[in-house]
Amino acid sequence: MGRIADAFAKAKKENRAALVIYVCAGDPDLRTTEDLVVAAAESGADVIELGVPFSDPTADGPAIQRASERSLAAGTTLAKVLDTIGAIRRRTNVPILLFGYYNPILSYGEQKLVEETAARGADGFLVVDLPPEESDGLRLPAIEKGLDFVPLIAPTSDRDRVTEAAAAATSFLYYVSMTGVTGSKATDLASASERAGALQRELNRPIAIGFGVKTKEDVTTVARHVDGVVVGSAVVRVIEEAESSAAALSAVRTLVAELAAGARRQ
Amino acid sequence: MPALDELTRAYEESQRDPAFQAELDSLLHHYAGRPTPTYFASRLTEEVGPRIWLKREDLCHTGAHKVNNTIGQILLAKRMGKTRIIAETGAGQHGVATATSCALMGLPCEVYMGAEDVRRQAPNVRRMELLGAEVHSVKSGSATLKDAMNEALRDWVTNVRTTHYCVGSVAGPHPYPLIVRDFQAVIGKEARAQMIEQAGKLPDAVVACVGGGSNAMGIFAGFIDDESVRLIGVEAAGDGIATGRHAAPLCAGGVGVLHGAKSYVLQTADGQIVEAHSISAGLDYPGVGPEHAWLKDIGRATYGAVTDAQALDAFQQLCRTEGIIPALETSHAFAYLPTVAKEVGDDADILVCLSGRGDKDLDTVLAQLKSRS
Repeated sequence: MGRIADAFAKAKKENRAALVIYVCAGDPDLRTTEDLVVAAAESGADVIELGVPFSDPTADGPAIQRASERSLAAGTTLAKVLDTIGAIRRRTNVPILLFGYYNPILSYGEQKLVEETAARGADGFLVVDLPPEESDGLRLPAIEKGLDFVPLIAPTSDRDRVTEAAAAATSFLYYVSMTGVTGSKATDLASASERAGALQRELNRPIAIGFGVKTKEDVTTVARHVDGVVVGSAVVRVIEEAESSAAALSAVRTLVAELAAGARRQ
Repeated sequence: MPALDELTRAYEESQRDPAFQAELDSLLHHYAGRPTPTYFASRLTEEVGPRIWLKREDLCHTGAHKVNNTIGQILLAKRMGKTRIIAETGAGQHGVATATSCALMGLPCEVYMGAEDVRRQAPNVRRMELLGAEVHSVKSGSATLKDAMNEALRDWVTNVRTTHYCVGSVAGPHPYPLIVRDFQAVIGKEARAQMIEQAGKLPDAVVACVGGGSNAMGIFAGFIDDESVRLIGVEAAGDGIATGRHAAPLCAGGVGVLHGAKSYVLQTADGQIVEAHSISAGLDYPGVGPEHAWLKDIGRATYGAVTDAQALDAFQQLCRTEGIIPALETSHAFAYLPTVAKEVGDDADILVCLSGRGDKDLDTVLAQLKSRS
């Protein structure tokens, strides 16, 4: 079992949902990203989704769009993100899922990326614009290297798509809470969580819910039904609003600790 | 993805439904003004050498070929029970055509347009508003066509159950490149019959400008099986390919994935999409329809590029010789004619897709000409 599956299993045993925290690599700079990931892990994040910035983040709302723009303006590249993962790995064992869009991956070379990701100690990939039927070039080499491939399912996904995604998943499935982009207001997180919970029982695979999960209360709602919960835009916003890297670190510590408390089941 | 599957199914059903085809044909004829003429440009011929024929898409309602596609897609959207239409637009031609088709069929329309293009193409913004559409100015990224498409995609994933996204070019995820090509194929189908009737033969070459590539794909579609006919697409070289400030992914880009399609794109060494540059807002897209990439790779079509300055010269040449003011997009096809003439020789027929008229470009052109003098 990989580090990500271990983290989900451990959280389940401790009667809580695994807390997945998204950080955009290179926002505001990669040195700070390294510290932010370590801080999030120390404050209760079970898995880090490390966002690789892309010029055209079509699945993301304004908060993550702005973070991507700041990161690219600061000169972030996939190669530099991999170096940062190496540096993070010397400081923490928290599982790291690379989260991003396909074009930088295609441009870097899928096989080369898989080898270097494994060598630096990251744990898997979630590529928002790569549907399962187009994913063999990345997914198969990743699986061979013991890395995870996390598929997305949406409320509009039909039966075939869900089955296909479940078959492609190696650790957990990412369930998008609503039709929309990251950071939108979740309209009915409780019923989305209920539907995802039913799916998790049926597929017998851990599901994490993301998109529109912002507060401790949101996390608690989700944690009642599924094994994992993802918070992204809310984290990115406190980093954006902080006046210094030190302030960002402190704000992220506070937020992640609060969210982690919300992930505990009573 | 489920939305794309739904669209694919609905489109395939519509193609088998004679009533749908009859309604489409009727609107194209009585409303859009089809068939458009194919016209022998005798004075331009004197200047270029080979015989030049113009497929007059500039005479379509709204002034460009875009309406062929929007009438088809809005009919399809109604058939699917969608109650709201969104679109992206660069120069505003597709936005105007979508707004027009929505007014015609009584559906609300919202158009995403880059803030930079809102500024450059102000008359088209007013037109869309007059036609009842709401125009959203997109300020993210480079604030041009690709960002408008990003924003339209974000809207679509959010409102997918009620909304049809009316994509304007042969770009984007499947089935859009197929649907848009098929709705534009009427250009090539008519032109082929008209050439046989008027010239007594097929053209030796067919030339069209390529941004996303919908007018080119539409006219190429009529000739793709005629091996003797050269298919030539012309991209925007902007300030010149060597400057890096251009919109020519087929000539100078690399393979990439943008907006759900694998094709040629303008990108950095790290796979970040690069902003395109062209005097013509309608060619200002860093990607190109995937079928063009395929035609290039198998050698069925060839692609060249001309600069802003060359396009501007060709724009004036057509005004002067034929009394036709072409769109700046279309002017790129005309600017490439001397190169094509060298390939085919003087005793040959060249068919050019005159994809749109240039009234919308007068401010841009006059400002450029003033700065030259």
